[in-house]
Amino acid sequence: MSMLVTCPNCGPREVPELRCAGETTKRPKETPSVRELNEYIYFRDGVWGVQREWWYCRSCEDWFLAERHTYTNEVERTWHPEPAA
Amino acid sequence: MSRLAARPGERIDRSRVVTFTYDGKPVEAFAGDTIGSALYASGRRVFSRSFKYHRPRGLACCSGHCANCQMTVDGVPSVRVCTTPVRQGAVVKGQNFVGSLDRDLMQVTDKLGGPFTPPGFYYKTFIRPRKLWPVYEKFLRGAAGLGPLDPRGERTERVEVEHRHVDVAVLGGGQAGLEAAIEAAARGESVVVVDEGPDVGGALLADRDGIGTAARLRQRAVDAGVELLAPAIAIGLFEQGLVPVAYGNLLLKFRARRVVVASGIVEQPLVFPGNDLVGVMLPDGVRRLVNYWSIKPAERAVVLTVDDRGLQAAADLESAGVEVARVVDFREREPSSIEAQGRKGHVAQIAIDGHWVTCDLVVMSGSPQPNYKLLAQAGARVEFDAGKGVFVPTDLPAHVEAVGAVTGDVGEPAVPSPILGHGGDKCFVCFCEDQTAKDLKYAIAEGFDSIELSKRYTTVTMGPCQGRLCHVNSIRVYGKATGLDENTVGTTTARPPYTPVSMGLVAGYPHEPAKRTSLHHRHKDLGARMMWTGAWRRPHSYGPDAGEEAQGVHRGAGLIDVSTLGKILVKGPEAGAFLDRVYPNRFSDLKPGRIRYGVLTTDSGRIMDDGTVARLDDDTFYVTTTSTGADSVYQWFTWWNAVWFMDVQFVQVTGALAAINVAGPNARTLMERLTDADMSNEGFAYLDAKHLRVAGVPSLGLRIGFVGELGYELHLPSPHAEHVWDALLEQGADLGVAPFGLEPQRILRLEKGHVIVSQDTDSESNLLEAAMPWIVKSDKPDFVGKWAVEQVAERGLKWMLVGFESPTGKLPVEGGQVVVDGRSAGRVTSVRRSLELDKVIGLAVVPVHLAVDGGRFDVQVDGQPVPMTVHLGAFFDPEGARLKA
Repeated sequence: MSMLVTCPNCGPREVPELRCAGETTKRPKETPSVRELNEYIYFRDGVWGVQREWWYCRSCEDWFLAERHTYTNEVERTWHPEPAA
Repeated sequence: MSRLAARPGERIDRSRVVTFTYDGKPVEAFAGDTIGSALYASGRRVFSRSFKYHRPRGLACCSGHCANCQMTVDGVPSVRVCTTPVRQGAVVKGQNFVGSLDRDLMQVTDKLGGPFTPPGFYYKTFIRPRKLWPVYEKFLRGAAGLGPLDPRGERTERVEVEHRHVDVAVLGGGQAGLEAAIEAAARGESVVVVDEGPDVGGALLADRDGIGTAARLRQRAVDAGVELLAPAIAIGLFEQGLVPVAYGNLLLKFRARRVVVASGIVEQPLVFPGNDLVGVMLPDGVRRLVNYWSIKPAERAVVLTVDDRGLQAAADLESAGVEVARVVDFREREPSSIEAQGRKGHVAQIAIDGHWVTCDLVVMSGSPQPNYKLLAQAGARVEFDAGKGVFVPTDLPAHVEAVGAVTGDVGEPAVPSPILGHGGDKCFVCFCEDQTAKDLKYAIAEGFDSIELSKRYTTVTMGPCQGRLCHVNSIRVYGKATGLDENTVGTTTARPPYTPVSMGLVAGYPHEPAKRTSLHHRHKDLGARMMWTGAWRRPHSYGPDAGEEAQGVHRGAGLIDVSTLGKILVKGPEAGAFLDRVYPNRFSDLKPGRIRYGVLTTDSGRIMDDGTVARLDDDTFYVTTTSTGADSVYQWFTWWNAVWFMDVQFVQVTGALAAINVAGPNARTLMERLTDADMSNEGFAYLDAKHLRVAGVPSLGLRIGFVGELGYELHLPSPHAEHVWDALLEQGADLGVAPFGLEPQRILRLEKGHVIVSQDTDSESNLLEAAMPWIVKSDKPDFVGKWAVEQVAERGLKWMLVGFESPTGKLPVEGGQVVVDGRSAGRVTSVRRSLELDKVIGLAVVPVHLAVDGGRFDVQVDGQPVPMTVHLGAFFDPEGARLKA
């Protein structure tokens, strides 16, 4: 990966200034079964296309979300997470 | 000498003589020459020896495309001298020969090798008997190859990396590229032009009138504010306009809003017997020699051409006084056979339709192939244009444009046959790797029937020219042999680098950032032996004997700099609730002024980090992490709260605060001399946290005992660390107080059986098998890692981390294999000799049924099984009486 990603605080940054923490996951709300737990921990969609993922900016030390196309590496949108309504 | 009288438009400045040496002998050149042109002018014709057959090779393209002119310049191997400007005093040497370039003893491989060196011959001819392979290999490595690297591996060049931003990057500084650059600059855009030639101008520089046009365009570009880089190589074209450029000792990483590729064409060789002889050249190579450097390249020439470029070369040769014996224009008729023969590797005659013509130069102008490599790297598709006989780029990615000949605008050339005439043994397709048309057919016959496989098997296109002179011809020869058309055969994937670049340039300037604590200079003054721990420099020990240094802590007291510990303030109304969710144990019920040990796990149950958590007041917790965990724990906390949105804040104070652990039976007496605070066991009990002034410096004292003695961990502002350190040593002089390093600390903590995360645990370790079940508070509704821990409990434990003693006194190595019933069954994670206990003690992962006091297992020591005995709990002071004294 060698693209620019726009940190919502710091603006466009080279990837080495950021850390990609992978696609977003859904943590089970209740005690999961073995299968559900393994799915949550180990299974990823690995889509060809737009993927929602977590990024960390080493400059402002803040987390944000991004929608990145996994083939072209074009980052379509970045934003800070909002509390669930 | 083959230099002509002064000609209009020539590039050289005859008033400035530059001298360099070739093989120790001086060579005179003019400013404006390249090393290649100067050597040619001095009469040199053989420039290199080929990779496999050691055939002599001479200049062919004079444009930096082919690998024929690779020499060692100032100790740097495989430099293309045809585009390397002359430098006063440069030391130039030939490479890949035994003897000299002109008389290479290894040339015997060309005479004898043919039948024994088909594709893959390493794995056929030289595979039996197997035990002789090392001998073969040594010989083969010496026989084949390029220039040697300095075996000492000393880094001679300093390389710098620069990150640059421009509006437009133009790759290729020929006419089309310069015009595009000037146009963009006129619109106010910032523009850089990158060209691999000795100067911008591209194909114009081969043309007598073009040289003037190039100079005028160059001036207009400079006046418009365009930055010109030449010779400079665009190594690749990556996503979002990233273009790394090799420019001398600089690696420039350009980020361009728009990239204009104007890389022109690469002239292709024709495939006929003897097409690699010295004196068989491409038209632009010949034209540059004549027009650019005013050199008469030969006496008598024959021209084979598919388009006007060969005719232009013929005209230029005549203007230089070269007799052009024959011009064969393929647009009129393609000869039914062509064969060149040489004398001592140099072309001497050529047969066209069976008629021999004497000559010392053959100009071959094959298809003008658009130089689409960078476009293909960026994601463009390429298609074969059967009418022109070349591959043309299509479907350019966004923000990438192509202008000039690279777009496929190459006139109406004839399409030559993939192999001319009846072929023969030495029809070279790939000059860099010495692969002939016959070798390719051989590979196909062996079943390598896809171009990607055949490429890897024969190594066609994998040499230093990176396919520029062989890609098209190899696909066409392949198509002919298989009966497929070129589009069906397809092209191989274009990958960076565009041309070979030195590893040093890509690696950049060596950065080994070292973190130092604020007490670093004190350690140096005390003669500490420093060691790396991650990015930190820390004292290993201060004296020659780490064991004695550890014992000193048990006798009097010791000081250790623990400033590298990660330190995070966690503050807010929900701070306690947050820590309850992120740690397996509970912190919301911790009383202000008290401390609890905490281990972080992930949701997969893996142990991530450990440290202490002190509650300073209702809303404030002070969390320490391991030395390497400072950043990852901070990111872990902030990430979870980006999901949970609890009312809590995190402040990283690792660098702001220094930390000194004062430990040993005399620690209290020492502290009482430096503070007014109540240091009694009642006033400052084990696991208390307390604000106090030490030698006048406001500090946070944590009474904890990683090393197993009465101890106070003092956290204080970094700028005052030296002051407090000095005061502690001064006041402790009569109490046996001395500094101790990391190695003694490892012995001391092992005596207590304390675990070091990532030394005694790894990515498979969970809380239960790391023998810390007491830390799991399963009555909590949820915490990170809870479900995984429950699953481990349900499936039952397989392993257990236990302490052990070595009754024989033999010392295993860390990582040593635990052996049970002759089978590998675990490993030693830590082991040390303790002077205090007069024992060898350690920690090991063993099968759970052995995790009982007195359990026995073997560990391999020097290849022999040595018995060990399990010891549960601490080895030293198991009741913790000294800790709590």
